[in-house]
Parts: sequence; structure tokens; C-alpha cells
Amino acid sequence: MLKGNQSWVFGNRPVITSTATIVGPWEGKGPLAADFDKIHDDLLDGQVSWEKAERAIMEEAASLVIEKAGLTKEQVQFYIGGDLMDQIISSSFAARTLAIPYIGVFGACSTSMESLALASMIVNSGSAEHVLSGTCSHNSSVEKQFRYPTEYGSQKPATAQFTVTGAGAAIVSKKGKGPIVTSATMGRVIDMGIKDPFNMGAAMAPAAVDTIQAHFRDLQISPSHYDLILTGDLAKVGYQIAKDLFAKHNFPIVQTRYNDCGKMIFDTDKQPVQAGGSGCACSAVVTYGHIMKQLQKGELRRVLVVATGALMSPISYQQGETIPCIAHAVSIESGVL
Amino acid sequence: MKAKANKKLTAVQEEYKVLAKKREPRRPVVMNCLRAFIVGGIICTIGQGIQEIFIHWFDFDKISAGSPTVAVLILISVILTSLGLYDKIAQWGGAGAAVPVTGFANAMASAAIEHRSEGLVLGVSAKMFKLAGSVIVFGTVAAFIIGILHLIFNPKMGGGF
Amino acid sequence: MHRTCRLDRKRGTLIMYIQYLWAFVIGGGICIIGQLCFDVFKLTPAHTMTLLVVTGAVIDGLGWYDPFISFAGAGASVPITSFGNALVHGALEELENKGWIGIITGIFKVTSAGISAAIIFSFFAALLFRPKG
Repeated sequence: MLKGNQSWVFGNRPVITSTATIVGPWEGKGPLAADFDKIHDDLLDGQVSWEKAERAIMEEAASLVIEKAGLTKEQVQFYIGGDLMDQIISSSFAARTLAIPYIGVFGACSTSMESLALASMIVNSGSAEHVLSGTCSHNSSVEKQFRYPTEYGSQKPATAQFTVTGAGAAIVSKKGKGPIVTSATMGRVIDMGIKDPFNMGAAMAPAAVDTIQAHFRDLQISPSHYDLILTGDLAKVGYQIAKDLFAKHNFPIVQTRYNDCGKMIFDTDKQPVQAGGSGCACSAVVTYGHIMKQLQKGELRRVLVVATGALMSPISYQQGETIPCIAHAVSIESGVL
Repeated sequence: MKAKANKKLTAVQEEYKVLAKKREPRRPVVMNCLRAFIVGGIICTIGQGIQEIFIHWFDFDKISAGSPTVAVLILISVILTSLGLYDKIAQWGGAGAAVPVTGFANAMASAAIEHRSEGLVLGVSAKMFKLAGSVIVFGTVAAFIIGILHLIFNPKMGGGF
Repeated sequence: MHRTCRLDRKRGTLIMYIQYLWAFVIGGGICIIGQLCFDVFKLTPAHTMTLLVVTGAVIDGLGWYDPFISFAGAGASVPITSFGNALVHGALEELENKGWIGIITGIFKVTSAGISAAIIFSFFAALLFRPKG
């Protein structure tokens, strides 16, 4: 049901019946390593290219999440997915293997919550029993496409972020046991004139703040409603900027805990990740791995996950364009309490 | 040149730029320059050593020894790139690894290696010049223009040396 | 006679050490200019290299790069600026020998070693090695 300008409230309480997370070597050495289903030690993992490796982990996560839900592929009505590759080939080719009716979406690094929101909306409206929502990213394939060849010696500044290698998937179902998706707010494209692709945090922070404010405005609640508000991948620099913006707009974020997946997934002091993590998989694996566990155990009651994405391409940057960004928010409640 | 690169920012955007700049960690310029000096200096010293070898053992003179020296440095750089070591040197050394001719070789080798998955013709060969192409093109065009200028202003065509 | 030879050898070694020192200092110095382009002027590596190559070309156009190499040795011939120098050298040499058509026929004469080496070795590297990420 529509609430306010840009939000949905899911009265029929769609359930996240299972999640699966696969990560790469760096994430496997990070602070959240124990919360992921599988860690790959090798970026290529026996494949012949980065792109094939990315596709393989997406397929692996999708198959695993269906298995964990106790379902077969035929019982899942739709697969909503996207990623950072040109023409979202990782998701499309995974969809070819899964043979589930496929809805491809592009939200850059906000894809995880974009697809989760759409999946929940479809299930809530009675248009499906089970929907698979998933996304992936791979450090090397992203470097190759957006920045430089992986063996090229370029010096990264402290504002740069490290793309997470991983895949996260969830099954949203009409009924079952698990955390419940209660609402979602779809974001608007926000562009504050930032041009530096090595400072995504600064580009994306305004979009996150805009969507978060919209969410509370639409639902007529206050931040204290949630135990935790999580942004997707603002990392160290963007996180600070977001806090500054909240203060500037007198938004009482201090009523609750505020953290960021890009900061959580890596140890930014010990690992060579500059400002922190980014990529579609960043918000996906932290949410579907770490946060899900806390929700299932009842350690968290209500969480708002706000995935953030930068909607640029290498050509738009070369043509002197600024970086427009977007953020999508989904609220998840523990099914236990 | 970029077409709309200087699109005017609105007042809100300008204000935001200032806010964002405050949170941007300062680049350690002095430290980076020191590292660049060290790495660049070492590479050039190695180059000097190689040049001396060509002069004393292979009978080249100071001018003609430049070419084989550059070729050897390029080989070393390609090997280090192939072993996955050059990018680590460059993250520390910055311009010290990018500015010498070894950086040029690294740009070409890394692009060639990266695009092997797209095949030899459309991948390796076509995309090898992704990064180094601008250097070659601008160098060539600059040399052409300078040649023309010499032709116009220096009818003896011997000016310079 | 013996003593003079020894002194000459010592002098030669000293000159060689000084040459190495200058190579280090000048080469490092040009790299500092590149680092300032990265950090202060926020130029990309591609823009910086291009700027340096054109600078090298202009300096040779003015006739100042050869003396620079005599003095700084590899400190001037190893940085990418010397690439610009070599391109202009080739053009101007052929201009003197063959007339105006020499500008075009001569550009790659001197740099042939560098470009050929880079292409050939990169090609074989791509055949033999995979990227490590």
C-alpha cells in the first residue's frame, strides 16, 4: 500500500524465509567473516575471467538460498536481480542458469534494497508466493570496467573505496518463518555536483539522507522506531558527511544507532581498503549475513537498511558529467519478537 | 575537450561541495612526494647502471645507449607487471613508478594482460593502448607541431642541436 | 706513470658516482613533479603522462633536452619526458636530412626501440600470464 509520496507499507507481512551470502578473500579476512555462508579464497576460483567468476558466485548464492528455503527452482515465481557489469550480465547469465522468470534491475550499489523492495511488493500484493532477490559484485571486474586494469599501478587516494567481491540473495515468501519486511521507500536521483569517481562517499551521502528523511516523513515515525539504521556503502568519508547533513537538517538520527555496511565489512585500519567497502554485494552480504543473524536471534528488533548507489558510467565521467546517486530503503523486523 | 565540464553548480551544490571538502582526508602530499622521489630515483639509477653496461661492455656511446637501456627497463617492468608486483610498488611510490618509462610499459602490459579474456585480436591487441595511447598520440602530435615550427622559423633546419 | 693512471681511475670512478647521484636526484625530481600533478592538481595518470611527454617534446624543440641528458644521464633519459624528446629528435633529424617530409617520416625513428619493446613484451606477457587482481 502506498504511504506518503514514495513509500510502501507491506500490510501482509512478507517474510524473508532464507538468505545466502558468498564472499571473496578480503571479505573473508574481515570482521564479519563468521557471518557469511561461504568464503572463496581466490578471486578467480577456477574460472577464466573475472566476469565469469562473478557470475559463478551469483549462481552459487542463488542456488544456495533456494536450497536453504527448502524449495525447488520451480517453486520460485520470479528472480529480481542486478549488478554493476555492463548490461547486468552477471545477473542475466545467472538467470539463464536458474531458469526462473527474471526481472533485471539496475541501481548500482543500491540494487540489493531495490530488488528486495520490489520482491516484497510483489509478494505482499499476492502476485507471487516466493520471489528471489539477489545481487553481486566483484572487485576485479569492477576495477577493469570502471577504473584501471587490475595490474596497473595507480595510487588510490584515501577517499577511494574497495569493491566487495561477493553475492547476496534472499527469498521473500508469502508465509513462513523469518524476519519480516514491513515497509520500503524508493529513492529519487540526487546529484549534488560531485565529479570525483574516487570519492563516491561524498557523491552518495546526500541521496541516503534524502531517502531516509523521506521514509520518516512518509511513515510519520521517528528514528527511535528502529534499533539500527544502516547505509549501504558510504564508507568512512560518506558516513561522516551523512552525519553532518543530518545535523544540518536537524534530523534526530541520534535517537538510534547509525552505521554503514562499507565500514563494517572491512577492518579499515588493517586492510588496504582505503575508506571502506562498496559495490552491490557490500550492502547485500552485510544485510543478508550479519544483520539477518542478529534479527533471527532477536538481538535486533527493527532495522532500516538504506542501500546507496552511484549512477554513473565511465563515459559519463569522461564527458565531464557529475555523479547522480540514489538510495533505496527497506525496513525489516525480527520475526522472533 | 570536455563539452559541458564547467556546468555551473547551484548554490546548494556549492554549499555541499564545501561541506564535503571538510570531510575529505588530506592527501599526504609531502610524504607522497618523498616516496615518489625515492622510487623514481631508484628506477633512474638502475637505468643509469644498465646504460653504463651498454656503454662499457657493448660498445655503445652515451647517446645511442639510451635505446637499448629503455628496452631493458621496459622488459623488467613487463615482468614485474606480469608477476603482480608493479601495482604494489606503485601504490607506495605513486608517480615514482608511473613517470619513468617503466610506468608506460606497466600501462601497456597491464591492459594487455587484463583483456586476454576477450581474445588476442579484440582483447589484447585492441585494448593494449587503453592507457598508453594518449602518451603516444600527444607525443606524436607535439613532435609534428614542433617540426612544423622549426620548418617555419628555422629555414636552416638545424636549429636546436 | 703508475700514479697518474691510478689518479685517473679514481677520478673516473668519482665522475661515475656523481653521474649516478644526478640520475637519482633528477629522475626523482621529475617524479615529484608528476606526484604534484596527482595530488595538488588532481590530474589522472594519463593526463600527467601526456603533460610530461609534451613538455619533453617542447624542451627538445628548444634544444635544451640533449644537454639535460649529458648532465643528468638516466635521470633525464628514463622518465617519460625523454619519450617526447626522442619523438622530436627523430622529426628534426629527418627534417634536416630529407626536408619537410622528414617531419612525418622521422618521428618514430628514435623511439622505435621503446614502442616496439613495449608492444612485443606486453603481447607475450598477455599470452603467458593471467591478471592477479
